[in-house]
Amino acid sequence: MNAPAVAAPITAQAFKSDYKPIWCPGCGDYSVLSSFTKAFAKLDLQPENVAVVSGIGCSSRIPAYTNCYGFHGVHGRSLAAASGLKLARPELTVVVASGDGDGYSIGGNHFLHACRRNVDLTYVVMDNHVYGMTKGQPSPTTEPDWDSKLSPGGTGLRTFHPLVIALAAGANFVARAFSGDPNGTADIIADAIRTPGFSFVEILSPCVTFRPEQREWKQLARPAPVTSTDDAARAARRIMTDDGFNIGVLYKGDRKPYQPPIGKGKKRPSDLEAEFAL
Amino acid sequence: MSRHRQKIKDSISIAITGSGGAGVMTAGNLLLEVAAQAGWYGLMVRSSGPQIRGGEAAALLRFAHAPIECLDDRFDVLIGIDWQNIHRFADEIPLDGASVMLGDPDQGEPPEVFAKVGASYAPLPFKQMAKAIPGSWPNMIALGLAAGLVGLPADSVKSVLQKSLKKGGGEKMAANLAAAEAGYAAAANLPAVPRLAARVAPGASQKTAPGASQKSAPGANEEFAPGADARWLITGNQAAGYGAVRGGVRFCAAYPITPATEVLEWLAPALPKVGGALVQAEDELASINMIIGASYGGVPSLTATSGPGLSLMTEALGLAVAAEVPIVVIDVMRGGPSTGIPAKSEQSDVNIAVNGLHGDAPRLVVAPNSIADCVTATQWAVHLAEALQCPAIVLSDQYFGQTRAVVDPPADIGAAAARLKASAGAEGYKRYAITASGISPMAIPGTPGTAYTADGLEHNERGLPSSQSGDHIRQLDKRAKKLAQYDYGERWAEIEGEGELALVTFGSCTGAAREALARAAAEGIKARLVSLRLLSPSQPERLAAALAGAKRVLVVEQNHTGQLYRYLRAEYDLPGEVRSFRHPGPLPLRPDEIHQQITAWSRS
Ligand SMILES: Cc1ncc(C[n+]2csc(CCOP(=O)(O)OP(=O)(O)O)c2C)c(N)n1
Ligand code: SF4
Ligand SMILES: [Mg+2]
Repeated sequence: MNAPAVAAPITAQAFKSDYKPIWCPGCGDYSVLSSFTKAFAKLDLQPENVAVVSGIGCSSRIPAYTNCYGFHGVHGRSLAAASGLKLARPELTVVVASGDGDGYSIGGNHFLHACRRNVDLTYVVMDNHVYGMTKGQPSPTTEPDWDSKLSPGGTGLRTFHPLVIALAAGANFVARAFSGDPNGTADIIADAIRTPGFSFVEILSPCVTFRPEQREWKQLARPAPVTSTDDAARAARRIMTDDGFNIGVLYKGDRKPYQPPIGKGKKRPSDLEAEFAL
Repeated sequence: MSRHRQKIKDSISIAITGSGGAGVMTAGNLLLEVAAQAGWYGLMVRSSGPQIRGGEAAALLRFAHAPIECLDDRFDVLIGIDWQNIHRFADEIPLDGASVMLGDPDQGEPPEVFAKVGASYAPLPFKQMAKAIPGSWPNMIALGLAAGLVGLPADSVKSVLQKSLKKGGGEKMAANLAAAEAGYAAAANLPAVPRLAARVAPGASQKTAPGASQKSAPGANEEFAPGADARWLITGNQAAGYGAVRGGVRFCAAYPITPATEVLEWLAPALPKVGGALVQAEDELASINMIIGASYGGVPSLTATSGPGLSLMTEALGLAVAAEVPIVVIDVMRGGPSTGIPAKSEQSDVNIAVNGLHGDAPRLVVAPNSIADCVTATQWAVHLAEALQCPAIVLSDQYFGQTRAVVDPPADIGAAAARLKASAGAEGYKRYAITASGISPMAIPGTPGTAYTADGLEHNERGLPSSQSGDHIRQLDKRAKKLAQYDYGERWAEIEGEGELALVTFGSCTGAAREALARAAAEGIKARLVSLRLLSPSQPERLAAALAGAKRVLVVEQNHTGQLYRYLRAEYDLPGEVRSFRHPGPLPLRPDEIHQQITAWSRS
């Protein structure tokens, strides 16, 4: 027998499209894009078998910048579109890109139910604590005293805690990443893709235009001092008591993904007529 | 038999009512099955009070030897298992001096609203009769009684009951068979009710609607159609589900809503059998985006909802238009606006279906015109959506959806999902390429060499976001052109009859309009019927041809503002004088009210 020809391993570059991003110079999302392509290459995925699905926002622009199948839908509904795609085509690798407005505000209900449903998806939220695309309004993760035109003096509302909410809602994999470390983030995304079920990766990704103070995150972000746990209660306690800058995989469970058996039934439509016949 | 003079009619209408737990719907459904087994056509409309469970209910049935598509103007018989709150159905169950009411004297007198029109009343102690047969229920007495009154064969009652009670075990079956027999026997001593005229030709059904022929010979009403077993007993919601599967749908995501839920309940076990799946979504925003995702993945997909859900879906419908993702949304219309009247029919979603998206957003809107046509229209909608890479809305309604009828099985129109797909490695692939037909090959994820991003942002031919006027105009033109240029064939409308008066209608008004025209024809008034199956895109040339020579056009619909009338006036040049005849739900448009419009106008 002849040895099969060994194809050259796919590179991260092969996953980059030639379309120039609209992002501001210095935006954290550039690094997230490069972490996506690195993770895909690392897992030796083929571009035609990967789909990147998103909603609306600066962060949601990622699909067109990758060289694989992409879906840029409406604001807040990326998880729904991605769930439909994955359930109908389980053999594809489906990665969802979102922002803190897209994912936690307008899409908040889908976030809860995607965690609960546990479809084998990887959900990446680029959290910059602001609506970047619409030019600087507070999001559910914005600090209560952050001043803006729409909320002069701040919203006065406490922030939303996506990681804990994901745990409570049933996500099977929960991690925090920082865009300032593209290689570390690529590793986390690759781990998330590899782990069956719903994997949630919250990436701290600065909006240099509307939240320039977020440049300081570089000094604050550090690897989590402990390794991930499979105990959701312990993970929740750790997350609720840390300062929001512990980076790494924080929780990994072993819940079976939700996947109805598509393609198994072999009956013809006319076989269903018997129930109507007299 | 001790029957006196029996009137002969070509359809018989009977209502069974009772409060919660009386088993009205069970009795009605079994009666319909008995009639079906005996070779009759028939239908049963369900009506119930606002209670979730256990409120007053009415089974409204009509039988004939020809397929029936609507309720009659009045009822021949009203059977009240009891009368609690039954006065609430007074509008839905019109009686007159020729009608007969039957009720249990222990439950009091029939409500005054029914009695005052002069309907006669005969008492029958259902409860006592059932008590005398331990283990039996009063509704089985009512079933036997109804069958006996209208002249259905006792054998059919027996065999239908045996089949239906099989699960209940021997004792229960024996008791309820005995109850039905007692009811059946009691019918012989009660006032006569009209009987069905003989079928025109034995073995073949009379293919005209009731009312079309008044000439059938009296007498031979014990004649039952052999070979009727090819027929189906089906609701419009089941029919729509089956049409979807026939059309190739293999994925459904949906959120429950009255009166669409039965579409989903039918699809949930059916889809896995043919290799598909149904997912219950967290809301309608999710369900429509899920089916868009699944269809983007290459799997023909559908959801079913009603007005409130359709309202939530409009943003994503626009996404399917812009990103050119085929999907089908069945809207089983109910009374609106807002939560409206959930379990009652109304044709008031025309506006939202044909116009309800932001931007210039061409879409398909298809309306079934009978319960059986729910199969065909839905199959066709799937085919069109797939062929044109566009969302299709199927406008059904509560009347179709929840009415169960004996129908001739609709033929498979052979219109399977037909999506133009890109082949692997297509050179210089452009997802939104400008083509002569406006349709461009769609690359399905998994296909090497044709990766692209589907986008709701305006885009260029490659699919890359663009806000340039040239790209915007080219893509708007492309999406409009593909729908405008497509050849929809003969299926766009049902066109019948001739004459200078034309009725234009759609959906569940079609049956009543057809019957009204048949009555008018029997009086020598010629008129034609155009029932639109394709509401969007509009077909001005085809409608002009269908209305050629018409001097008067009557637009018939069930809503308050004349939504179809206004749409027609905006999209078409209608000939001659145009009038609108309409009223909102929940009452159906009855053949008589349309007939009166026709006669009044043609005499003026
Ligand atoms: C239905 C709807 N409402 C509002 C908008 C406007 N809009 C676009 S993006 C956005 C917020 C995006 O914020 P986020 O998800 O945090 O993304 P970022 O730009 O910060 O990456 C809003 C409100 C929209 N596109 N659609
Ligand atoms: S506005 Fe903020 S989030 Fe958007 S591109 Fe600019 S820096 Fe990035
Ligand atoms: Mg943001």
